[in-house]
Amino acid sequence: MAGAVESAPKRGRFAPYGLLSPGIIWLTLFFLVPVAILLRAALSDQPERFVPSDLDFTWKWSNFSDGLDRFGPQFLDALRNALIAAAIVAAITVAVFVARRDLWHRIRVRLVGALVAAFFATYIITSTIDGWGDHFQRSFLYAGIATLLCIAIGYPLAYVIAFRGGTYKNLLLGLVVVPFFTTYLIRTIAWQTILFDEGPVVGFLQDVGLFGDSDRLLATPGAVIGGLTYNFLPFMILPIYVSLEKIDRSLVDAARDLYSTPARAFQKVVLPLSLPGVFAGTLLTFIPASGDFINAELLGSPTTSMIGNVVQNQFLVQLDYPTAAALSFVLMAIITIAVLVYAKVLGTEDLTG
Amino acid sequence: MADDTVIGIEKVSKRFGGFVAVHEADFAIARGKFFSMLGPSGCGKTTTLRMIAGFEQTTSGRITLEGKDVSRVPPYKRNVNTVFQHYALFPHMSVFDNVAFGPRSRRTGREEVSKRVRELLDVVRLSQFAERKPGQLSGGQQQRVALARALVNYPSALLLDEPLGALDLKLRQAMQLELKRIQREVGITFVYVTHDQEEALTMSDRIAVMNEGHVEQIASPEEIYDKPASVFVAGFIGVANLLRVTVDSVNGEQATVKFPDDTRVSASSAGASFAIGSPATLMLRPERIRLSMTEPSTKGARLGASVAQLTFQGPLVRTELRTSDGSEIVAHIGPDDDLPALRPNDQVWLTWDEDAARLLPIADERLGGEAREIEEIGQVHFARSDA
Repeated sequence: MAGAVESAPKRGRFAPYGLLSPGIIWLTLFFLVPVAILLRAALSDQPERFVPSDLDFTWKWSNFSDGLDRFGPQFLDALRNALIAAAIVAAITVAVFVARRDLWHRIRVRLVGALVAAFFATYIITSTIDGWGDHFQRSFLYAGIATLLCIAIGYPLAYVIAFRGGTYKNLLLGLVVVPFFTTYLIRTIAWQTILFDEGPVVGFLQDVGLFGDSDRLLATPGAVIGGLTYNFLPFMILPIYVSLEKIDRSLVDAARDLYSTPARAFQKVVLPLSLPGVFAGTLLTFIPASGDFINAELLGSPTTSMIGNVVQNQFLVQLDYPTAAALSFVLMAIITIAVLVYAKVLGTEDLTG
Repeated sequence: MADDTVIGIEKVSKRFGGFVAVHEADFAIARGKFFSMLGPSGCGKTTTLRMIAGFEQTTSGRITLEGKDVSRVPPYKRNVNTVFQHYALFPHMSVFDNVAFGPRSRRTGREEVSKRVRELLDVVRLSQFAERKPGQLSGGQQQRVALARALVNYPSALLLDEPLGALDLKLRQAMQLELKRIQREVGITFVYVTHDQEEALTMSDRIAVMNEGHVEQIASPEEIYDKPASVFVAGFIGVANLLRVTVDSVNGEQATVKFPDDTRVSASSAGASFAIGSPATLMLRPERIRLSMTEPSTKGARLGASVAQLTFQGPLVRTELRTSDGSEIVAHIGPDDDLPALRPNDQVWLTWDEDAARLLPIADERLGGEAREIEEIGQVHFARSDA
C-alpha cells in the first residue's frame, strides 16, 4: 500500500503528457505544419501565373496588401459591420444583467475598453492599407446574422429539450443530430431544390401574394444566411443544451421561492448559468460560418460570395497560392481578434465562478 | 389556538399517479415554534414541505398561510422561504447578491436591501464573506448563507429540507445548536424536515412523525419518546423493545398483560383502547430496564432472562437478553448500575418502573409488518446515528 502511494506521483508526472501526446501530434501534423506551409506561400513570389509549383520565398509582404486591394475598397465598412454585429451580441447579453451592479460595472468597463482597442486597431490597419474586400464584409455580416439566428432558434429548442424533454430527451437530441447523417454538401444542395425559382416555397409565397413574379429566394443573401443557419444550428444547440442540462433544478425552485416570477427566474438564474454554452456555441458557429464557401457557392450568387469563396477560387481555380494564403491569414487574424474581444466581454469565469 | 396558527394543513393528500405520497395530513403549525416533520425516506415529509412552499400542488385538502388559503398560489407569491437540501445557492452570484436576491425580487429599495443583507449576514456570522462566491465557502458556511438568504425576507415561516444532511457529524451537531440559536433570535416559525430522530429531538418544540404518507403522531419530543402513539413511532425514535403480549385486564389507563409464559405485568394503556384477550405490543425503553442477579424483593414488574450478548458502547453497555419464551430484549447498563461484570448465559432479573412500560396497539394492517421488523429498523437507525 505504502509503495503504491509513493510511486503514484512518479507515474503521475508523465501521465498528463502521455494523454496529451496524440492531440499534440495530431495538431502538429495537421495544423501547425499546414499553417507554416501556408505562411511560406503567403510570403512567396509566384513568377508565372497559374503555376503555383515553383514559388520563390522572398518575404513578399505586399501579397497581403495587394490581395486585399484587389477585393474591394470597403474594409472599413467590413470591420465596422463586424463590430456592430459583435456589439449587438454583447448588448443583448449585457442587457440581461441590469440589476447586478458589480458585474454590470465590470462588463461596461470591459466593453468600452474593447471597443476603444478595436477602434485604434482598425485605424492603424486601415491607415496602412487603402482598402480591403467587401467579401470580408459579407463573410462577417452573414456569419454574424447566421450566429444570431442560431441563438434565436437554438436556445429555445435546447431549453425545451433540457427542461421539458422528459423521457423524450434522448430522442429529441438524436433528431438534432440526424442531419449530420447526410453530408454537408448534399444537405446544402437539398436547400437548392427547396428554394429554387419553380420550387414549393417560392410558389407558395407567390400564391399568397408576398412575392411578385420576378422575386426569388435562391441566389439572395437570405438564402446564404439561411443555409449557414441551418447547417450550423446543431453546433449551437448542443453546447447550450449541455450547459442548461447541468443547471441544478433546485436553483430554479430557489429563485421561485425567493419571490421571482418564472420570467425573472429565467433571466437571473437560468440564462446567466447557460451563457458558457452560448459562448461555446457562438464560437463553433461563427468561426466556421465566416470561412464557409459551400453555402455561398450553392445558394448564393456572385454578389453574395464570401471570403471563403475567394480563397477557394484563388487556390483551386486561379492557382494563385500567395494571394490565397495571404487572405487566409487575414481571415484567421480577424477571427482571432474577434474571439478574444468576445471572450473578454463575455468572459465565462465571472459567470460560473 | 387558532390565532396562533401560521400554517394550517387541512386534510391534505397528494397523489403521484397511483402512488399516495401524503394521505389526509391534518395539523396546524404554531407561530414561533420549531416544528419538525420526521420519518424515513418516502414517508411524505418532503412532499408536505414542498406543498407548503408551493412547488407541489395538493391533490385534495387545503393549505392555509396566516389564515389565507394558499393551495393554488404559486411559490413566488407565498411568504414562506425554503432552505434546500443542497443549499441551492446561486453559483454565479456573490454571497451578498445571493442574500439580496429575495428583497430585490420584491423591488425593495437599494439602501434597505443593503441594510437587511448586512443585518442577516451578521446573524449568521458571515459578514466578512459578503463578496465571496458560494464555491469559495465551506459546507457549513454555505449552509448559513442559505439560511440568511431565506431569513432576510422575514417570511411567515422558514421551511428547511434536511438542511444538515450533507454535513459531517461534528459540524452537524454544531449547526443544530446554531439553528436553534438563530430561530430563537429571529423568532420565525421553522418547519424542519429530517429523517434523523436525534436531530428532531434536539431542536424541535413539536414533532410530527410520518410514515408511508400518514402522520403517526404529533407531540413534543418528550412525549414522542416516552409516550409513542404507535409501534412505528416507538421503533423509529431511539431504541425500543417491542414485545408480543396478550391483554389480560384493563382498568382505566392501566392494563395488565400476559407474556406467552403467563408472566403478568402491568402497563400504561393511555391513548388507545384494548379488548381483553387480544394481542398487543408492550414497549420498553432499554435505559428504563434495571438488571439484578437475584430476584428482586419489591413487588412489581419482573421478568427472568439470560444474557445473550454484551456490547461496550462507551457511555453504556448494550446488553441483549433472551427471555424464557425466546423474546429478545435490549437493556442499556450505565457505569453506575450496581452490577458485577456480566457474562453471556448469566441468569438475570429484569425490573422496571410501572410507567416505563407502555401498551401499544399491535402493528396495524396498513404497515403489514411484524413488530419485530420495526424494532430492527429502530435499532439499525440508532446504530447509525450513534456511529
